Amino acid sequence: MSERADWTSAREAILYQSCCSCGAAQYFPRAFCAVCGGDVTENRASGEGRVYATTLVCRAATAETRAHLPYNIVLVDAVEGFRMMAHGEKDLAIGDEVVARFEPLAGRIVPYFVRR
Amino acid sequence: MSFITGVGLTSFGRHEGASSLDLMSRAAELALSDAGLVRREIDGVLCGYSTVSPHIMLATVFAEHFGLKPSYAHAVQVGGATSLAMAMLAHHLVDAGVVRHMLVVSGENRLTGQSRDAAIQALAQVGHPDYEVPLGPTIPAYYGLVASRYMHEHDVTEEDLAELAVLMRRHALAHPGAQFHEPITVADVMASKPVALPLKLLDCCPVSDGGAAFVISREPTGEARIHVRGCAQAHTHQHVTAAPALGELGAQIAVARAKAIAGLDIADVRYAAVYDSFTITLAMLLEDLGLAKRGEAAALARAGHFSRDGEMPLNTHGGLLSYGHCGVGGAMAHLAETHRQMTGRAGARQVRDASIALLHGDGGVLSSHVSMFLERVR
Repeated sequence: MSERADWTSAREAILYQSCCSCGAAQYFPRAFCAVCGGDVTENRASGEGRVYATTLVCRAATAETRAHLPYNIVLVDAVEGFRMMAHGEKDLAIGDEVVARFEPLAGRIVPYFVRR
Repeated sequence: MSFITGVGLTSFGRHEGASSLDLMSRAAELALSDAGLVRREIDGVLCGYSTVSPHIMLATVFAEHFGLKPSYAHAVQVGGATSLAMAMLAHHLVDAGVVRHMLVVSGENRLTGQSRDAAIQALAQVGHPDYEVPLGPTIPAYYGLVASRYMHEHDVTEEDLAELAVLMRRHALAHPGAQFHEPITVADVMASKPVALPLKLLDCCPVSDGGAAFVISREPTGEARIHVRGCAQAHTHQHVTAAPALGELGAQIAVARAKAIAGLDIADVRYAAVYDSFTITLAMLLEDLGLAKRGEAAALARAGHFSRDGEMPLNTHGGLLSYGHCGVGGAMAHLAETHRQMTGRAGARQVRDASIALLHGDGGVLSSHVSMFLERVR
C-alpha cells in the first residue's frame, strides 16, 4: 500500500475504510472490502472508542522502544466499527471509553488513547 | 493410513557451536534410527524454517547436507502450527501414495545463534508491518493482549495461569533433555520479571537450541503401530488486531473438524499434547479444545488432572514452557513425547494409557490451528 495520510506517515490522524456495498469497516487498508470484495471509501475516524484489551509492555526488543518502557499497548474498538492497536494511558482498563491523541515513540508518532 | 514410525528429539537448551543444520541432522539421525530406516529409504522431506539461518529452499539444503535425494521436498511455514501442519501434510501425502517414508525435520540454534533481542525482534514481525510493529509490540505483548481479554471475560487470574507454568516445570523435571531442571511455585511465577503484563517471565516459554524429527510411513516399520486417525486445520486471521471474538477462535473449529474426520470425541482421548507458548495459550487451548470447561483449566491442573498420573496427562516432557522452544522443533517435541508415551517408552514419565492422543498446535497469535488425533492400533 502506498503512503497514507495517517499516523503511519507522521500525520495526526486515524483512517479507516468502509465498504460501499456491505458497509463493513476495516482498519488495515486494501483496494477492496475484505468481507465482500466491494469498493471501499477512506474516512477519517473520530478517535473515539472503547478499550478491548491491554498489555503493559515491560520488555522491548529494540533500543529505541526500550527508552519508552514501560508502555501500554491497547486494542481499541472504534465507534466507527473497526478495531485498532495503539498505545494508551498506563491505567486504562478493558471497557474504558477513550479518545485518541498522538504521542512520539521511537522517532515517529503513534495513536495514544486517554479516558474520555 | 499413515503411521508415525520413528521420532527423534535432541535435548533443548544451549548447543554451543551447533548450526540449525547440525541440530536438524542430529534429530533426523535419531528419527531414522528409531524407525529402523536408512537414508536411501527416505523419499520425502518436509522441514520447517530457521529464523537464525533463513533460506528459500531449506528442505533441499537439508537433504543435500544430510545425504538424501528425495522425490518430494519442501519447507512449510505456519509459525507454531508448522509441526502439526507438516505431520498433517505428511499423513495425506503418504496416504495418497505420493511418498512412502516422509522425514519431517526441524531444528534451530535460536538461543546461541543470535542475541535474545534479535530473537524477540524477529518473532514480533508476525505483527502487521505498518499498523502493529511500529507500536513496539513483542510476541508476549500480542499474547498479553489476548490474556487480558480472556481473564476479563472468564474470571481467570494471574495465579490461575501460573498453575500451568508450575505443571509444565514439574513435568520437565522428569525429562533429562529439558532446558529447565529447577522446580517452581505459583509464587515464583508471580514474582518473576514482568514481560508484557499480565504475562511475566515464567508465563513465557524460553528461547532454545534444539532439534526434532519424525518419520511418517505408509506401513509400520517395527512393532510400533501409531497411526494418524484424523486431523484438520483452521485459520481465522493473521494479526491479533483482526482476530475474531474469543468464542470464535480457530482451535474450536479445527478440533471440531478433526473429531468429525476421526470419528472420535474428547471423551476418547487418553493423552493430550497442546501448544503452550505462554500459560495463557495453554489455558485457552485446553478450554477451546474441550479438555477443560471454560475458565477451569487452572483448577484442573491444580487438582492433578493433567499430571502424569492424572486423568488427562498433558505435555509430560514439560512443553514449550519448560522443555523449551527452538522454533518449529519446539512443538515437534510434543509429538515426539506423545509417540514415546503411546509406544510405552517414556520411562519414568510413562502414563497408564496413551492409546489415543489429541495434539494441537497454534501459530501466529492464535491465528493458525491444527488438531490431530493419533491412535495406537494392533
